[in-house]
Amino acid sequence: MIEEQPVAGPYTHARTSISRTMGLVLLALLPATLYSLYLFGWPAIFLFGTTVLAALVFEAGSLRLAGKRVRPFLLDGSALLTGWLLAMTLPPWAPWWIGLVGAFLAIVIGKQVFGGIGQNLFNPAMVARVALLISFPLEMTLFNAPVPLFSAQAPGFLDSLAITFGQSNQLDAVSSATTLGHLKTELGRGVTLDTASGGVESLWQLTLGEASGSLGETSALLLLLGGLFLIYKRIITWHIPLAMLGSLALLATIFHLIDPQSYVGPLTHLLSGAAILGAFFIATDLVTSPVSIRGQLLFGAGVGLLVYAIRTWAGYPEGVAFAVMLMNACTPLIDHYLKPRIYGRDRKGEPLNYADERGEA
Amino acid sequence: MGAENLIKLFKIRGGVHPDDRKQLSAGQAIEALPMPPLLHIPLQQHIGAPAEPLVRRGELVKKGQRLARSQGAISAPVHAPTSGRIMGVGGYPAHHPSGLSVRTITLKPDGKDEWTDRLDPVYAPFSLAAEEIAQRVADAGIVGMGGATFPSAVKLNLRKRYALHTLVINGAECEPYLTCDDRLMREKPAEILEGVRLMARALGVARILVAIEDNKPQAQAAMRDAAKPFAEVSIVGLPTRYPMGSEKHLVQTLIGKETPARGLTADMGVVVHNVATAMAVHDALYLGRPLISRVMTVTGGAIRQPRNLHVPLGTPLSHLIDFCGGFKEEPAQLISGGPMMGQPLPSTRVPAVKGSNGLLALTAGESESAEEMPCIRCASCVQACPCGLVPLEMAAHIRAGGLDNSVKLGLLDCIACGSCSYACPSHIPLVHYFNFAKGELAARQRSQHKQGETKRLAEARSERMEAIKRAKREAMMKRKKEMEAKKRAQEEAKAAPEASDKPTADSGVEA
Repeated sequence: MIEEQPVAGPYTHARTSISRTMGLVLLALLPATLYSLYLFGWPAIFLFGTTVLAALVFEAGSLRLAGKRVRPFLLDGSALLTGWLLAMTLPPWAPWWIGLVGAFLAIVIGKQVFGGIGQNLFNPAMVARVALLISFPLEMTLFNAPVPLFSAQAPGFLDSLAITFGQSNQLDAVSSATTLGHLKTELGRGVTLDTASGGVESLWQLTLGEASGSLGETSALLLLLGGLFLIYKRIITWHIPLAMLGSLALLATIFHLIDPQSYVGPLTHLLSGAAILGAFFIATDLVTSPVSIRGQLLFGAGVGLLVYAIRTWAGYPEGVAFAVMLMNACTPLIDHYLKPRIYGRDRKGEPLNYADERGEA
Repeated sequence: MGAENLIKLFKIRGGVHPDDRKQLSAGQAIEALPMPPLLHIPLQQHIGAPAEPLVRRGELVKKGQRLARSQGAISAPVHAPTSGRIMGVGGYPAHHPSGLSVRTITLKPDGKDEWTDRLDPVYAPFSLAAEEIAQRVADAGIVGMGGATFPSAVKLNLRKRYALHTLVINGAECEPYLTCDDRLMREKPAEILEGVRLMARALGVARILVAIEDNKPQAQAAMRDAAKPFAEVSIVGLPTRYPMGSEKHLVQTLIGKETPARGLTADMGVVVHNVATAMAVHDALYLGRPLISRVMTVTGGAIRQPRNLHVPLGTPLSHLIDFCGGFKEEPAQLISGGPMMGQPLPSTRVPAVKGSNGLLALTAGESESAEEMPCIRCASCVQACPCGLVPLEMAAHIRAGGLDNSVKLGLLDCIACGSCSYACPSHIPLVHYFNFAKGELAARQRSQHKQGETKRLAEARSERMEAIKRAKREAMMKRKKEMEAKKRAQEEAKAAPEASDKPTADSGVEA
């Protein structure tokens, strides 16, 4: 009845676990994911499946190699989530090996090499995405407009198999630049924003996700709902998403007001690309973001700033992955300097002193 | 069920909302526990020096008779919970996770339960001077009955060193499961208030706040009713949130100020006492009765009939469990106190002591225990910590052996409330790490102190030896000089025929 080695209390516990946390994140991603898979059809489903499955296989293999117990760690849901998030950031009709290589980069290089769950400095999915983008720029920038399942233009099951797993030039037929990519190219040529905007999706289309883009990042609305669900469930707090989207929107507004013809407006910034996905699901990654509230605000604002800077002035049309990774690198520093104030002490750590007040009283 | 408070409440950071499971025993009125066949009364049931026994084996004692006297400034006497024969003064397993043997008086009740005739009740205790009230509280062996067991009289004497203005009575009872204070407030509100007002008189304060969490509406109502005649007493409803009953956090909720690190609530003019302590103060002054029993909650999923019991101190816990119908199922954990900050018990043989407010027998399902997983830096512990600490980092440093780093991060500001461990999705026993580190630090300090003492003593010894040598040398020099002087005198005397030729025997011994 009595344990040999007593363990200190508490002897009651909140009904939480890592798998519950990861499970809720997956649940929050589900609507946006299902809708995206519908929009981009069978090739997207195949790519998604390949990526997630590969992530699980690499996780199991790594755990086995490391001599850890496979079952509890595989079931914690973290590898599933990493693979899932990675798939969401890939071009929907990318070939299968992009998913496979990405899963390897994410799980093995991004996570297990650091020591497994909780030990990685960088968000594994973003490590993979950035490495893929640099290594395979062609495959990683070939986007296509949505062709919903069962619609007239949608490729059939077998054609889709060919798109994902074989050789197919179908993609060229439907390829279409992303909003940010298009605007970047046009603005880069000196075209004014008014003219350039003619060829892109409306804000409404961006909100719903009927736009070309990465597999799961297009439906801003469903992603936003998922993110709010996570805040409601207290898996994440509002600080990182709000700071990130806030600083992105603020910068976009300022520059857009200064020069409306060369700088894209705030709503386009917020609704296109991976802004919403990044704000709620990627920058908020528990392992790689700061733990204190002030740290989270700084982290989020930093991501927003970097996203804007990369989108506007750097060579890539989209910068969420780079921005998150750069801020991930700052997380230990932020955690070191921005700590909560300890009870009974001032910010410098000195005990509070009421002597002065007492003197008056 | 929020109470209408007359005072504004302030927010505290962090905290958690554990399932309170008070309904198991909250409906049970306090029952007197029948006297057990043997009482084991430890000499140390308080913080400070253990009491010094005044009785011997075979002696007959009366109920309320002093068995052991207070030793030093921070200590408390121990009294006989009933009349009977002293069976011995010796070692018995302590009411402590270690179960180590501690000095304990064993008393065999004679069944007569006869009070000593030396009780000294006061009919008008409010006419007593503050010192006199504190002295009587000290003589009655009253200690903080919320679990801290700090001698209450020492706290009542704080008026000498601090400018006090408010007495806060802690009726938060924020630990899940426990209902002993709840029942006491429902059943004895008038007595508690008398005790409270006497303590306020001893402290010399004019303002009394009785703070009760909103999950105890009946206790709030009973206390509010009883407090109607007293303008200086306010009954305050507190939001239900753990650790609202932590002294520092309770005071912050009420007055909006944090207790300075390493300081006392008295630094802000506030002293906190527990409701059960107030009850004991009432008994000590009005009835002259020392602290020989207390109310305990016996509960948990493994207890057949959870109850609130009035328990003679020294009763073996097994007796309480038997009275509650025994175990429904084998408990996974046996705990003294609440599930958040309680201590595991080594066996049911150990006695009930002044600080025992609850005995929990928890099933495996209730404790929601699970395998420890790696930290995912989710910051649940940071959000839950009411002290503004970063538990995950402290634990990581302790795990890596970096005790000093954990201290820099605020280890010694941790109140061990357990909110962090409670909230951790990876089920990391954070408090266990902190307790380990605090223990290591204490051990290190002790050994440093020992080394310092050894060094000091060694230095003192060599200094002493040096001084002795020096003294000897000086004495020798003196002798030498004397001898030389004598010799010279003798030589001079030789010249004179009447000179004495006494030999210098003692100088020979010296050589």
